[in-house]
Amino acid sequence: MAGIEVSALHKRYPDGTVAVEHVDLSIGDGELFVMLGPSGCGKTTTLRAIAGLERQTSGDIRIGDTLVNDLPPAERDIAMVFQFYALYPHLKTRDNLAFPLRAEGLPKHEVQARVGEAARLMRLGPLLDRRPRQLSGGEQQRVALARALVRRPRAFLMDEPLTNLDAELRADMRTEIKHLQGELGATMVYVTHDQVEAMSLGHRIAILNKGRVEQIGTPLEVYDRPASLFCAAFIGSPPMNLIEVEVADGKLRGQGGLVLTPPPGLPRDRPLVAGVRPEALEVTAPGADRSVPARVVSAEWLGDEIIYVVDHSGGRDVRVRMPPTVRFAADAQVGLRHTGGTPAVYDVRTEELVA
Amino acid sequence: MAVSVDEAVSAGPTPDRPPPARRVRRRGHGRSVLEVVLLTVLAVVMLFPVLWMIETSIKENRDVYAVPAEFFGFTVTLDHFRDVFVGADGGRSALSVAFLNSVVVAGVSTVLATVLGVPAAWAYSRFTLKAKKDQLFFILSTRFMPPVVVVVPIFLMYRQVGLIDSKLGLILIYAAFNVPFTIWMMKGFVDEVPAEYEDAAMLDGYSRLQAFGKFTLPLLVPGIAATAVFALIFSWNEFVFAIFLTSSDDVRTAPPAIAGLIGGTTVDWGLVAAASVVFALPVLVFAYLVRRHLVAGVTLGAVRR
Repeated sequence: MAGIEVSALHKRYPDGTVAVEHVDLSIGDGELFVMLGPSGCGKTTTLRAIAGLERQTSGDIRIGDTLVNDLPPAERDIAMVFQFYALYPHLKTRDNLAFPLRAEGLPKHEVQARVGEAARLMRLGPLLDRRPRQLSGGEQQRVALARALVRRPRAFLMDEPLTNLDAELRADMRTEIKHLQGELGATMVYVTHDQVEAMSLGHRIAILNKGRVEQIGTPLEVYDRPASLFCAAFIGSPPMNLIEVEVADGKLRGQGGLVLTPPPGLPRDRPLVAGVRPEALEVTAPGADRSVPARVVSAEWLGDEIIYVVDHSGGRDVRVRMPPTVRFAADAQVGLRHTGGTPAVYDVRTEELVA
Repeated sequence: MAVSVDEAVSAGPTPDRPPPARRVRRRGHGRSVLEVVLLTVLAVVMLFPVLWMIETSIKENRDVYAVPAEFFGFTVTLDHFRDVFVGADGGRSALSVAFLNSVVVAGVSTVLATVLGVPAAWAYSRFTLKAKKDQLFFILSTRFMPPVVVVVPIFLMYRQVGLIDSKLGLILIYAAFNVPFTIWMMKGFVDEVPAEYEDAAMLDGYSRLQAFGKFTLPLLVPGIAATAVFALIFSWNEFVFAIFLTSSDDVRTAPPAIAGLIGGTTVDWGLVAAASVVFALPVLVFAYLVRRHLVAGVTLGAVRR
């Protein structure tokens, strides 16, 4: 296994489209590193550049100590798992697994041993003599994972491997991938647009937007203190409430009267926005202590929780996550108060975290 | 090309039709009778010229001119078919040479168009290119004009470079007309094959071209077959270039050769009909053999994966 260093990566296609503006990544040995972002943010292009399937316009890629810029994909000693599995349709599972090994020219018994091992690890025993079209989506993806495993590569690259599976299977496979990665101590770069996948899998997450890295951090860091308004809006469902605030009397005051604890070191001379998670707010009975008057606009009953959309005359409606036991009807007059700690505060103009 | 599509699709029988018929029967007897009547009328109108051609080809010449025309009870003869292949002197007839020319010209031009067009289609499907849409439009635009519009300039150019009245000249012009068609049709097929196969193969140690040849190409075979048949039918049926660009008997292809039989003081209609039957057969047989691919080729891209 080996770490991966990406520095000043830039990719521009012949037709002028810039897929990756500037990306620096430092992925540790044995790390499960997730690249997260909306479609067209450059995450897949970055991954394909690491794989050698795309040649970057400028910038360097190192796998371990090797500068791999000019190496073809096969010589980079990496394995990749694709969204469409890409199992060779004319080969049985067994031969699909053996294929990369035979291409490497390994001796027969070694091929057999490695295929057996990967099949055991991914529990493919009964599927070995079937062809891809006789397998379900989940089975195909397990075969694709096993095919990546047999090569014992220095790093695994995963390009949205679970996107085509249904929800239940996706959760199972997520667990399986995480378990596998831990067991092998494998370096894994995982691309997804699904924040749940990113949060549950990643040791660290890089959030990409418009070909640039917006933030790199652990799932908790990314959730608690999004580095920019983009990250704040992208992570979390429902996303952070963005409340315009002013600093007055040592407090952050929102337009609707909400009072928040200011983080230290706030600049005073520019317009600010506070990011408040829906669970850091509370809907109370009207007139409750420290609450501001508000009105329930709508309520989404999700079973294990209720998301209230609340109008507190603060410009934008805010979303509040409440336990299912606290029930208010739509249009009810209520109170709204902040219960969380210090919020993240952003500069409206630069859209970046200031404190 | 639309004409060829119709010919090609209607050429074979359609074994997959029973379900709609069953549905119709359930909906009411009157409607199904009307449909059968209309379809029969249509079939008669479409097939009558073909039947008449076949009849004429096996009639003796005096029966051909008989008034009123005889549908049944004429003497069957295969003399006309012999005349298609055997000349008056007992050697090879001019028509048989023309048929051979047609086979060579249509075959080679189709192979050429396929060999050039398929990799081009692959490249247009897989790679990001500068002004890709404009390039594809330009390629298609060469098919906007009917051949007769460009035949005079091409005649002049061919005369300059010595390609006039040569099989090579016809092969080149047919290939030139079929390459754009091949690129456009094959691009649709290539788009349907996930690029991940090639990516995976490249990670497994193959070069890009090897990955294309070993994994994508086998999956493209049905598409290539369908495309090649269309190209073949175009080249086989082509008349305008053939009659303008060739003149001698040993270069001429079948369509102008058959047309050349008409226009003397007397027309040997039996020979014309027999030659036409022989001319139509290869296309029918070929279209029948690949009918499944043809239907797949025509409908491909209509359904999203």
